[in-house]
Amino acid sequence: MPAAPGRNAIEVRSVSKLFGTSEAQVAALDNVSVGIRENEFFTLLGPSGCGKTTLLRLIAGFDYPTEGEILLYGQDIAPLPPFKRPVNTVFQSYALFPHMTVSQNIGFGLEMLGKPKAEVEARVSAMLKLVKMEALKDRRTSQISGGQQQRVALARALAPQPKVLLLDEPLSALDYKLRKEMQIELKRLQNETGITFIFVTHDQEEALTMSDRIAVMSSGRILQVGSPWDIYDRPAERFVADFIGDSNFLPASVGAIESGIARVKLLSGAEISATVAEGYQPKAEATVAVRPEHATAVRTGGQLPGSVENVVYLGTDTHIHIKLDSGGNFTVRQQNMRSQSCGFEVGERVGVQIAADAAQVLKD
Amino acid sequence: MTSAAEIVRQAERDDVRSRWLLSAPALLIIFFAAIGPLFVMLAYSFMAKGDYGDVRFGEFSLDGWFSVLFQRDIFDDTIGLADAHLSIFWRSVKLSLITTIVTLALGFPTAYFIATRPPHTREVWVFLVTIPFWTNLLIRTFAMQEVIRNEGILNTVMIRLGLIDQPIQLMYTDAAILFGMVYVYLPLMVLPLYASMEKLDFRLVEAGYDLYATRLRVLWRIIIPLVRPGIVAGSILVFIPSLGAYVIPRVLGGGKSMMLGNLIELQFGAGRNWPLGAAISITLMAMVMVALLVYVRNAARSGAQHG
Repeated sequence: MPAAPGRNAIEVRSVSKLFGTSEAQVAALDNVSVGIRENEFFTLLGPSGCGKTTLLRLIAGFDYPTEGEILLYGQDIAPLPPFKRPVNTVFQSYALFPHMTVSQNIGFGLEMLGKPKAEVEARVSAMLKLVKMEALKDRRTSQISGGQQQRVALARALAPQPKVLLLDEPLSALDYKLRKEMQIELKRLQNETGITFIFVTHDQEEALTMSDRIAVMSSGRILQVGSPWDIYDRPAERFVADFIGDSNFLPASVGAIESGIARVKLLSGAEISATVAEGYQPKAEATVAVRPEHATAVRTGGQLPGSVENVVYLGTDTHIHIKLDSGGNFTVRQQNMRSQSCGFEVGERVGVQIAADAAQVLKD
Repeated sequence: MTSAAEIVRQAERDDVRSRWLLSAPALLIIFFAAIGPLFVMLAYSFMAKGDYGDVRFGEFSLDGWFSVLFQRDIFDDTIGLADAHLSIFWRSVKLSLITTIVTLALGFPTAYFIATRPPHTREVWVFLVTIPFWTNLLIRTFAMQEVIRNEGILNTVMIRLGLIDQPIQLMYTDAAILFGMVYVYLPLMVLPLYASMEKLDFRLVEAGYDLYATRLRVLWRIIIPLVRPGIVAGSILVFIPSLGAYVIPRVLGGGKSMMLGNLIELQFGAGRNWPLGAAISITLMAMVMVALLVYVRNAARSGAQHG
């Protein structure tokens, strides 16, 4: 995370985007506001159809907002055509020009900006070096592999030194190993170039590993904006807690709240303390979220008694599914030790012990 | 005893024989319907002309080929260029080129428009483009005459609107032929253009805009290079039939504005000069073949680019 929050590179103000005819309109974006800081690796995370790509396209200029403003360093760019915005895009399909070589692709933006030939050449070779593609500069884009096309697409978008780089699920077409490599590569490029990255993905792991901040989106709205830690450990809503990682949801009654910590009473009668989501409005019945790895199964004691329903071995850890006596299920994730099984049998009576400070009271 | 190698060789021989047998019907049709008549034409072009049309068999003569470009003066027998023929050649090439350029200029935006519609709407547009093919060429050409003649729709409307006082003489001019050919051959340009534009990845267009290319530059640097096979195919499909057009110049150009097709017809009909007609036909075919060769080389080059 940047040491001090910088000024905003992009500011989205009450933007709505409606698609379709006047009779049957669908809101792809519903009154979205968000600020994206300078030099930040910012991720728009959400399931397909949540509006993340629409927001990216509005920033790029391929679509125009129905309502609202998009500011780039204070200037409203919403009415500008894409070729007048100092913003470049890495497309999901890469969209490399098939009739040009790798070098010609990378130099295209600079050429269109009317840069002198010598400058274009120097910048292209610097870019080829940055993405380690010098050896293949004269190849056609159809003659290089998917991972290499990805690098060329990055170099092409970075070459004109945009103020903001937009990345539309650029890693989704790569296989697992390559994707891991490119995640590190992207982070390195962002550090080296100091350009603000806005990254769109539906892959929570990608979002958590690379981002400075994440905006979680669902049905055209931004639900929560925060650091990966905030999003994972302090989810505001049920959707966020469910979409990123796994969560157990427990109904509870909320008691006194003091400096963000509430006393909550679970259905089993046990009382625990829980952090309260930002923007939580006090109400009698609330939902508490607990991550599976923040609870343990114990033979004696625990806040929630129940019986083991299933034990699933997953290599690094084991999932223990527990049927609670107070109704509902609870999953506990326990890290595996070598030559030592988790030791629980199906049907065995256990208690769930929730770690201190592990529970979060959700907004909804 | 036959060796294994011998058996293999025998099998290969059988293979070759059955291949020839199976393709024989097609080869016979191609020979008798296409290649054979060409040789007859070639032979006729080297014979002396008969008095009532036809040729004098077995009498070798270069008169036919000579008359394609040259003529002997009736009074002093000096040799000069056949100006009438040359002007017809020139008109044919000129009008065909202009037709190709005009249909390209009209067809390109049309095809782009169709290719950028939603898929089911596209089919409707393509269907509309093919509707003129339902009507016979001759009827369409006469319909064109109805539009452009002095008392026709075009002149009447323009006079009513006060744009002109006198009807513009279009019939029996090169412009009339041009009108007719553009109208008749436009679908032949639109369809191949559409076929290659439909395959165009419009994300590349977006990528162009994203990389600071204006609309005109995206057109020049991205769309045109990528749909070039369609442009080449459409141009050839329009240019070749334009060069040999017969009905359109006959109906709209009359006797004054002739094209190669009419000149050939004249030699086999009223002109009674079959060797000359055959020689001009072969010349026309050679011109078409040159155009095709250029096309094949062009297509091969752009194919290598994308492959």
